[in-house]
Amino acid sequence: MRLRSLFATAMLSGIYSFLGASWMLLLDAPDVAFTEAAVGAGISTVVLLVTLSLTTREEKPTRFRVLPLLVVLATGTALIYATFGMPAHGDPNAPAHQWVAPEYLADLVPTASGEVIPVGIDNVVTAVLASYRGYDTLGETAVIFTAGIAVMLLLRRRPKDEGGTP
Amino acid sequence: MKHPSILRVVSKLLIPYILLFAFYVQFHGDYGPGGGFQAGVIFAAALILYALVFGLEPALRVAPLAVIEKLAALGLLIYAGVGIVAMLKGGNFLDYSALEQHETQGQHHGIMIVEAGVGITVASVLIAIFYSFAGRRRGR
Repeated sequence: MRLRSLFATAMLSGIYSFLGASWMLLLDAPDVAFTEAAVGAGISTVVLLVTLSLTTREEKPTRFRVLPLLVVLATGTALIYATFGMPAHGDPNAPAHQWVAPEYLADLVPTASGEVIPVGIDNVVTAVLASYRGYDTLGETAVIFTAGIAVMLLLRRRPKDEGGTP
Repeated sequence: MKHPSILRVVSKLLIPYILLFAFYVQFHGDYGPGGGFQAGVIFAAALILYALVFGLEPALRVAPLAVIEKLAALGLLIYAGVGIVAMLKGGNFLDYSALEQHETQGQHHGIMIVEAGVGITVASVLIAIFYSFAGRRRGR
């Protein structure tokens, strides 16, 4: 099955993101579900639609090629094979639950003077993001800022474009 | 569009609640799901909905691009500034415990200010990206 209408493709990707948000909710990750629903299903779809209104709504017909299909199949098979080596969902002995997670859940953060104090934040996700991994989140915010600056530099209409010949 | 007034009335009713929900997610992030990133995204979605329904010009009057650009940088500066203040108060960079006498209180306030910085940057960047896309016309 092939879909050449890019409008329908944009809508399908939005629906897929919304389903992804529901999976995240089923996995007890409401923070991620929020983000996926708002960014993936909402803002990304809007940006895709605006892009379609600037370009075209139909994909150009392309020749069917075998090599990309083989690459995709091989990568997909390798990824699915790799999931067999993962621990079961919710396994308490999984490495992710053994290393730093117990410290985070115990709600203790070391201070500069060497003693240990509670962070006292009920939502452990917020505590991990903002306090235990504050450097990471600072970096992420810088990445978002840089991405915004890059998009503005690339797409901004220059003053000479205003009212001039296209 | 055949009946734009339906869309206008419904989105006028919805937008205040979306903005309120964004602030709830922002400031209740310590206790419930959410935080700066999610709140910023929801806030941006409200403004983008406004721009979609009422047009880009009214949205630019509400939130001019010059203000949005400065807010994007301000949020990041607030985040880094909390780290610097923690250093000035004798702690490590981003060590919120050093912010106040009571260390857990310092963690609370540090996290709240940092999340506000994240929210401001995320909301402004998403709005600015939407403005950049929507401000262009075909063939330019």
